[in-house]
Amino acid sequence: MAPVSTPQSVATEAVVLAPARPSQEREWLLLLSRLVRRRTALFGMAVVLVVALTAIFAPMISPFDPLAQDISQRLREPGWQDPQGRVHLLGTDHLGRDILARIIYGSRIALVVGLAAVAISGVLGMIIGLTAGYFGGRLDDFLMRLADVQLAFPFILLAIAVIGVLGPSLRNIIIVIGVSSWVVYARVVRGEVLSVREREYVQAAVALGSRDGRILARHVLPNTFTPWLVVATLDMARVIVIESALSFLGLGVQPPTPTWGGMLADGRVYLSTAWWLATFPGLAILVTVLGINLFGDGLRDTLDPRLKV
Amino acid sequence: MKWYLLRRGWQSLLVLFGVSVVVFLILHLTGDPALLLLPPDASADDIARFREAMGFNDPVAVQYVRFLKGALRGDFGESLRHGEPAMHLVLERLPATFELAGAGLLIALCLAIPAGIISAVRRNTSVDYVSTVLALLGQAMPTFWLGIMLILVFSVRLNWLPSSGRGDLDHLVLPAVTLGLFTTARITRLTRSGMLEVLGQDYIRTARAKGVSEPPVVWKHALKNASIPIVTIVGIELGTLLGGSVITETIFAWPGVGRLSVQAIFNRDYPVVQAAVFLLASTFVIVNFVVDVLYTYLDPRIRFR
Repeated sequence: MAPVSTPQSVATEAVVLAPARPSQEREWLLLLSRLVRRRTALFGMAVVLVVALTAIFAPMISPFDPLAQDISQRLREPGWQDPQGRVHLLGTDHLGRDILARIIYGSRIALVVGLAAVAISGVLGMIIGLTAGYFGGRLDDFLMRLADVQLAFPFILLAIAVIGVLGPSLRNIIIVIGVSSWVVYARVVRGEVLSVREREYVQAAVALGSRDGRILARHVLPNTFTPWLVVATLDMARVIVIESALSFLGLGVQPPTPTWGGMLADGRVYLSTAWWLATFPGLAILVTVLGINLFGDGLRDTLDPRLKV
Repeated sequence: MKWYLLRRGWQSLLVLFGVSVVVFLILHLTGDPALLLLPPDASADDIARFREAMGFNDPVAVQYVRFLKGALRGDFGESLRHGEPAMHLVLERLPATFELAGAGLLIALCLAIPAGIISAVRRNTSVDYVSTVLALLGQAMPTFWLGIMLILVFSVRLNWLPSSGRGDLDHLVLPAVTLGLFTTARITRLTRSGMLEVLGQDYIRTARAKGVSEPPVVWKHALKNASIPIVTIVGIELGTLLGGSVITETIFAWPGVGRLSVQAIFNRDYPVVQAAVFLLASTFVIVNFVVDVLYTYLDPRIRFR
């Protein structure tokens, strides 16, 4: 410590003594403001928020009970008013159930499967990516070969084969999708680990004798979080499409629980007479996925434009 | 370069090996394949005898070796529903699926590459915006919904095109467009970003400074370099196309491997399922290996690794 106290060193000391938390919060605010400035990402965020709120508050916003059948009101076109004076904004299906209500409740399945599957594959991929990237060598080779094997299968075919064997249920589709989607997370995390591994503070920690676990947790992991988050967001959109594809084939959550894919399958039968059965659920999927994609793209551009995702 | 190819070849073989293990395990997921393959009203005696006859009582490793030996000969057992050898059924329908996937890929490349290039060259103009919006929509749209909507518009309302079956070119249009849209969107975005990255490079500035006119700059210098990630993506997209064919073939009643697989799964015809999954996955691995070989010709930097 220099005995001469110049104004500069006083200033430095003052900064060092300031608490760390406000600057962290300011960092998040900065990122958020950067994100908001991109209109498309903002639009995406708004859509995602609307879908999430719809799913959470479904019982309160739904105009009808999604399971309530009324054969006398079957296949009514959008805007139809039933004898009690209530309007079916998007029409009714072949069992007289209100389409809008079923779409609102269908968002619950979509989001639950999306979040759960992403959580499973995200954690799995994170662990595999960290292990492969950090320990390298034969373990890395083996894990990357495993990734290649996973990717060789047309995913939907593998999913329906496995669910065909295990039986369709909410739990099974979450597990199947979750367990087989880990590769993209693992690759991104591994890439990040490989670059972080060479950085000086990590090498310093190794030289100082820190154990692997500590290095991974304190230095490597926090750096992988950002790319992981971008991947998770974009992957969620993909999972929602897969869930509706499985429901479309009859291998998803079973009726009468409303799912967007299931509604599309029903609608296909009545395509020539009642186009609204198939059109609106598909639009719901399209808008949701578009919103998530735009939000994910915005997230990636804000946090790390160099990401090749 | 030879080492690189040998290494990639060996890796591909390992992957194929892994694929065979997974395909084998599908049947054993619930622990008792006999229960899967027999009708639900089979007696306990029948089940026990079946298990013995099919060799399900042997250790798993022994069963796997038996499976692998059969697979290498192309023998996946007999279809439970049709009585014919499973692999024959699959191979019969392979041309149909290739036709669909090929048409989809062709549409995708013909639309996406020019669109991507124009977007990059005329960046931030209305052409770019329109093409970007369309690409975003294309990536967000579920294929099965697109297929149904196309049928609604072009078959039901306008009666221009047939909605199912395979026959002449008419029958190919709607399924191919449906299958190819997602790939089109993806390749458009990739071409655009690839071209933008390449157009910003020094050697492009040099070419322009030298006085080379714009068309050769774009088509000769830029495109050749931007095509490297595109070639890689085509290999991966083939996997998407083969997988997407499952849904598209179901919607359009296209007699391909995808539709056969879905029917087989619902019919619990597991030998066919195994044969189909194994064939599609192997095709993917082989195509990617071919793409890697092509890669070494396109990107001279690889040869010197």
